[in-house]
Amino acid sequence: MSTWDNNPVLKVEHLTMRFGGLTAVGDLSFNVGRGDITALIGPNGAGKTTVFNCITGFYKPTEGRLVMNRSSGDKHLLERMADFKITADAKVARTFQNIRLFGGMTILENLMVAQHNPLMVASNWTIGGLLGLGGYKKSNVEAIETAKYWLERTDLIDRADVPAADLCYGDQRRLEIARAMCTGPELLCLDEPAAGLNPKESLELNTLLQFIRKEHGTSVLLIEHDMSVVMEISDHVVVLDYGVKISDGTPEFVKNDPHVIAAYLGVEDDEVEQVEEEVGIV
Amino acid sequence: MDYFLQQLINGVTLGSIYGLIAIGYTMVYGIIGMINFAHGDIFMVGSFISLILIVALGITAATPVLLLILALALVLVVAMALTAVWGWTVERVAYRPLRGSFRLAPLITAIGASIALQNFVQVSQGAKNKPLQPLISGDFQLTDGGADGSGFIVNLSYMQILIVVTTVVLMAGFTYIINKTSLGRSQRACEQDRKMAALLGVNVDRTISLTFVMGASLAAVAGLMFLLYYGVVDFYIGFLAGVKAFTAAVLGGIGSLPGAMLGGLLIGLIETFWSGYFSVEYKDVAAFSILAIVLIFMPEGLLGQPEVEKV
Repeated sequence: MSTWDNNPVLKVEHLTMRFGGLTAVGDLSFNVGRGDITALIGPNGAGKTTVFNCITGFYKPTEGRLVMNRSSGDKHLLERMADFKITADAKVARTFQNIRLFGGMTILENLMVAQHNPLMVASNWTIGGLLGLGGYKKSNVEAIETAKYWLERTDLIDRADVPAADLCYGDQRRLEIARAMCTGPELLCLDEPAAGLNPKESLELNTLLQFIRKEHGTSVLLIEHDMSVVMEISDHVVVLDYGVKISDGTPEFVKNDPHVIAAYLGVEDDEVEQVEEEVGIV
Repeated sequence: MDYFLQQLINGVTLGSIYGLIAIGYTMVYGIIGMINFAHGDIFMVGSFISLILIVALGITAATPVLLLILALALVLVVAMALTAVWGWTVERVAYRPLRGSFRLAPLITAIGASIALQNFVQVSQGAKNKPLQPLISGDFQLTDGGADGSGFIVNLSYMQILIVVTTVVLMAGFTYIINKTSLGRSQRACEQDRKMAALLGVNVDRTISLTFVMGASLAAVAGLMFLLYYGVVDFYIGFLAGVKAFTAAVLGGIGSLPGAMLGGLLIGLIETFWSGYFSVEYKDVAAFSILAIVLIFMPEGLLGQPEVEKV
């Protein structure tokens, strides 16, 4: 049995999302294994980002359940939670395909916003902090330490006080991941983290994701088009096409699945007929 | 020159009061992009709460100085807290249910909330002016009027010092909150991208509520200062003060905290100087004309940021 069936951190059960007459995601079920890097792949418009939006509370799913199993043993039904609680309580964090940093704030401040909740508690909702009471100073220092830790990991430490909007594209991508990690997530959802990166940056991203998984035990769910990234780092691949799951398994299994080849990966011209036969489109 | 100095002192005092109210407009606009038209009336409510507290505590000009200062400090804190509850309630009842609605909807409820507050105070407190005898009298005479006593005597009253000092202290405090604390950071984050802030675990609704609470408590301070300075309040003072403070916020660049302070100060100065040198009747015309001229050449206001496209 695979990790994702034995010990899932997230169970997506019969997820359906309809927009009017359009079914963007239809009856989708899959598991994300604890500590795994899981890739969600598929052609454009397959509904991958819609799945992310359902998981992170942007959309309320039309049907289905999303069960988050915290390592503490708590279970959270994400589809019923307010958006900010999905991060605060269920410990799910995400990044965006089109980067959404707080451009006017410095890099350090971006990472501090992600640690808002513990700081608010420590400062007795600001009042204690202003009066210098309680453990605010200590937690503020800790929050800065956490931020520094991730800035070192993402190689941004030199520019901590620069407005986020001034960073170049590749740095902004890494900052988004650092910011998501500052919320202390158990599941990190990355929407096309390698999009627009050059091969060197892409390689660094792989290393970073491996590090996050290994050192922090954070499970990663990512949408990715770059098959070299997918095949190299993921433990588990789920393939969508037109909102329906067409394959689910190890990278090796998925790569050779004729349905995936027909819908997404493609083959040389002379092999087309063979694949069509295997899938049953003739 | 002496006359100029006197007008400057008066203008700065008036400008401080406008600035305190303007912060409420600018903070709310910054975070949810709406004009809280009920804010002027929150200021009026703050003024009435202060008056009631002063009468209830039996503070008069005869109260010993030390006790007077303590009692006024108590009035200030309690009035800030109670007015904050009003601000919170207005947001909770009139704006939050409409947050997902179209842009003009909360504008309409804001006008509704403004009328509701005015009428509530009119009915519960009566429509007549409420006078308060001066509590803090005395002043410094900065000039002696010349050897023959015919010159102009410049007065700097204790009250004016109190107003300006309180304003400066509070503005410094609130600037600190916005720039340095976790609450301020999350407010700025919500200002830039509310949805993203929520995804980082920030309770956006609570952050917006706290913005209203902060704005309302500053308006309460302005209310108390207005009461002490002019010695009379009625249920309608919120309207004109609100319009002026809103003008100040726009002049300084709406959404910008230092802009609101600067705008308040400028509107106060323009009004006083116009009244002092030209005519009292046209002081509002002067203030609004300056606003129009500034907006023609600087559409974002003096310290405003150019509008960034929100996704």
